[in-house]
Amino acid sequence: MSTFTVNGKTLRFDGDPEMPLLWYLRDVAGMTGTKFGCGRALCGACTVHIDGAATRSCVTPMGSISGRAITTIEGLSPDGMHPVQVAWRELNVAQCGYCQSGQIMQAAALLKATPKPSDSEMDASMGGNICRCGTYPRIRAAIKRAAERAGS
Amino acid sequence: MNAVAELEVENVSRRAFLRGVAAGTFVLAVPISLPAFGQDKKYGGEAMSGGLKDDPRIFLSISDDGTVTLLCNRAEMGQGVRASWAVVVAEELEADLAHVKVLQAPGDEAHYGNQNTDGSRSMRHHFEPLRRIGAAARQMLEAEAAARWGVPVSAVRAINHEVVHQASGRRLGFGALARDAAARPVPPREALAFKAPAAFRYIGRENLPLIDNFDITTGTAVYGIDARLEGMAFAVVARPPVYGGKVRSVDAAETLKVPGVLKVVAIDAPPIPSAFQPLGGIAVVAQNTFAAIKGRSLLRIQWEDGPNGRYDSARFRQTLETAASKPGKVVRNNGDVDAALAGASRRVQASYYLPHLAQAPMEPPTATARVSNDTCEIWASVQNPEAIRTDLAKRFNLPLDRIIVHPLLLGGGFGRKSKPDFASEAATLSRAMGGRPVKLTFTREDDLQHGFYHTVSVERLEAGLDAKGKPVAWLHRTVAPTIQSLFAPSSKNEAAFELAMGAVDMPFAIPNVRVENPKAEAHTRIGWFRAVSNIPHAFAIQSFVAELAAAAGRDPRDYLLELVGADRLIDPASLSDGWVYGEDPKRYPFDTGRLRRVIEKAAAEAGWGRRLRRGHGLGIAAHRSFVAYTAVVVEVAVGADGALAIPRVDIAFDCGAVVNPDRVRAQLEGAVVWGIALATTGEISFKAGRVEQSNFHDYEVTRFNAAPAQIRTHLVIPGGYDQPLGGVGEPGLPPVAPALTNAIYAATGKRIRTLPIRNQLT
Repeated sequence: MSTFTVNGKTLRFDGDPEMPLLWYLRDVAGMTGTKFGCGRALCGACTVHIDGAATRSCVTPMGSISGRAITTIEGLSPDGMHPVQVAWRELNVAQCGYCQSGQIMQAAALLKATPKPSDSEMDASMGGNICRCGTYPRIRAAIKRAAERAGS
Repeated sequence: MNAVAELEVENVSRRAFLRGVAAGTFVLAVPISLPAFGQDKKYGGEAMSGGLKDDPRIFLSISDDGTVTLLCNRAEMGQGVRASWAVVVAEELEADLAHVKVLQAPGDEAHYGNQNTDGSRSMRHHFEPLRRIGAAARQMLEAEAAARWGVPVSAVRAINHEVVHQASGRRLGFGALARDAAARPVPPREALAFKAPAAFRYIGRENLPLIDNFDITTGTAVYGIDARLEGMAFAVVARPPVYGGKVRSVDAAETLKVPGVLKVVAIDAPPIPSAFQPLGGIAVVAQNTFAAIKGRSLLRIQWEDGPNGRYDSARFRQTLETAASKPGKVVRNNGDVDAALAGASRRVQASYYLPHLAQAPMEPPTATARVSNDTCEIWASVQNPEAIRTDLAKRFNLPLDRIIVHPLLLGGGFGRKSKPDFASEAATLSRAMGGRPVKLTFTREDDLQHGFYHTVSVERLEAGLDAKGKPVAWLHRTVAPTIQSLFAPSSKNEAAFELAMGAVDMPFAIPNVRVENPKAEAHTRIGWFRAVSNIPHAFAIQSFVAELAAAAGRDPRDYLLELVGADRLIDPASLSDGWVYGEDPKRYPFDTGRLRRVIEKAAAEAGWGRRLRRGHGLGIAAHRSFVAYTAVVVEVAVGADGALAIPRVDIAFDCGAVVNPDRVRAQLEGAVVWGIALATTGEISFKAGRVEQSNFHDYEVTRFNAAPAQIRTHLVIPGGYDQPLGGVGEPGLPPVAPALTNAIYAATGKRIRTLPIRNQLT
């Protein structure tokens, strides 16, 4: 039995400790904002925050999260107004949008740690998140806009 | 117009999905389906299954509070069709876009018209019907208001969600008029009055909002993989690793011990070619996806590989090259190529190779099914819901109207999700589970190893140049397994629709041209992939043009423009059988002036000829596909160690009239990144019939840090909105790879003729 929080709510789990957090969130808890893309931490679609750090939930076993605080895209902000979410909408970043939960969670973690990231800092942080639609130039622009917004 | 029941996509199990907005309210539901006047052969949307529908009562409703609800009959897969649909209808309806909601129409082509979302056709085919939908509904609202006020309809006008009587200043909102307006006759097509483009307030405007923006950025958008039904089970399938293989024996004892595993189900393998059918194999159904995946990993299966068990793509390349070295079926012939080659002052020859590719949408194929004795319901991300309906109606011997398909958002499609195989698997498993809903998911490994792959090809080109370096003869041999091999094993030649994707419709002003198509056999499933056969054809032709320019000592842009030649309209029928993306060749001639203009635009915007830093180079390529014109200039920087960077790409594009410029630009940006991915890293290879790649570590796609720092999009809009529209989703892609390798040549002198580039520069 492990106890943890998801978006501030305390939850318990006593199933297979090998189950990745991703499948717990999607199939057991019914929270589908966190996406499956590769299952091997190669694409970033499943990115959540664990104690504030961007983490690939597809390779995070349930056995490892006891006592941890998990934030998913659904809990990033109460009203969808996190500066990253706002910038994403202002620049119409999304095409299909599927990877954007993970992109937004990764970008939010980046800006928390590095409020004014350089291009190479963005490359290092965002390089693990694949977007097959090719929205990368707008993601870069949106991160810059969110950084400016937060800093002003 | 009738109020629409509020739909909560979360509650997919509530069966609240619409079967048509107007169901039950409009008794006069006689759809307008006009035959194409005076034409024997149908083209465009009219020629597609289900045709085009433009009755506002099928697609539109306005509730008492004025909310306009529009049913979108095309799949949303990132092209922004939902947003752009709303734009067109709101424009002609004179609605306030902020009060327009978009819902997804269920699969039903008889009712909604064609829904097969591929071929870059959505706006191209539906712009005019959507304008008619909006205009007809607006005129019904105006007629209702005029009747209520007892004034002539010519004295009233819809302005921003209200109908106004200017003389008296009276006004009524759309919501107040809708219910009675809905009972009025739908104006016939010839009575419709459209807005003048100068009065457009949405169409053509930059930075229009996306319908699903808020949901996407908050994780509440519902994709196919997100469908949730009461009591559903989760499944994955172990499929034969070789196309045409089957299970010889299976031991599921360890699988059944995994907590949460509910059942192991054998699915028969179909005979090949198996068209769009599932490949068969062993399914594991469980209480969650993880248990299903874990259970599958413990299956002990002996496979029988069948006739493709020796498919080896490295060896197959030699087979294709041998075929390309010999004459093949002549598919275009102008003048006398052999004589012109013999008389040329110089002959240049080059051969290009492009491997198989996988679409690899970020959301892998997935579907949820609930099957009872008399009904089969599917929730899925699908490009072509009707393909699922016809497949399942046949599979389960049910009438078509008992197959209900709810299309959800697609996490990318790119051609993969036009096949119904994954929905068939889900339905088969729901039936095996006694009707319990089952969600079937492809893992990434499944997606890459059991796909419908982009073809593999060798393109051999030979030209004879005159004394001034100008081509007098052009011989192109294209060799590639055809998509038709999915349906008929004897298909070894490219289909007309594949050849006319850039090979036979080569537009250059060269007097002697022959295109040949030697045979090639397919050893895996060949399918549609964004831009399809335009990829190898454009790569070879646009690389070869740059090679000829180099041989002639000419600037590649100038040489390309010279080959395009004087502005002229080429009748597609004069080149081959006249296939031009299903369109009327008279409406869509090859306009070389438009090709010239995008080349000039891209070159000018990129600063063609500017001084570059050491290791940098500019490359140019242009191509027409999906009846749109694209030119690309890529700037590369190649380091001393061979490391490739792409600081900037300029892409100029002419698709005719533009409805939603921001989404057109987005598609071009995406096409550039997609083109870079297939040029630099993309390859699916086979050994012993098995795909060698398994996930994104060995099927590499372009990542954030490798994408161009700048993608500059330049829209070249040739005229008004009465011009026929071109495609958008695919035509940006084909010239990207050759522009990139041409830039590498300019930077380094190294000519890339084999894709992907991977480590050829080191």
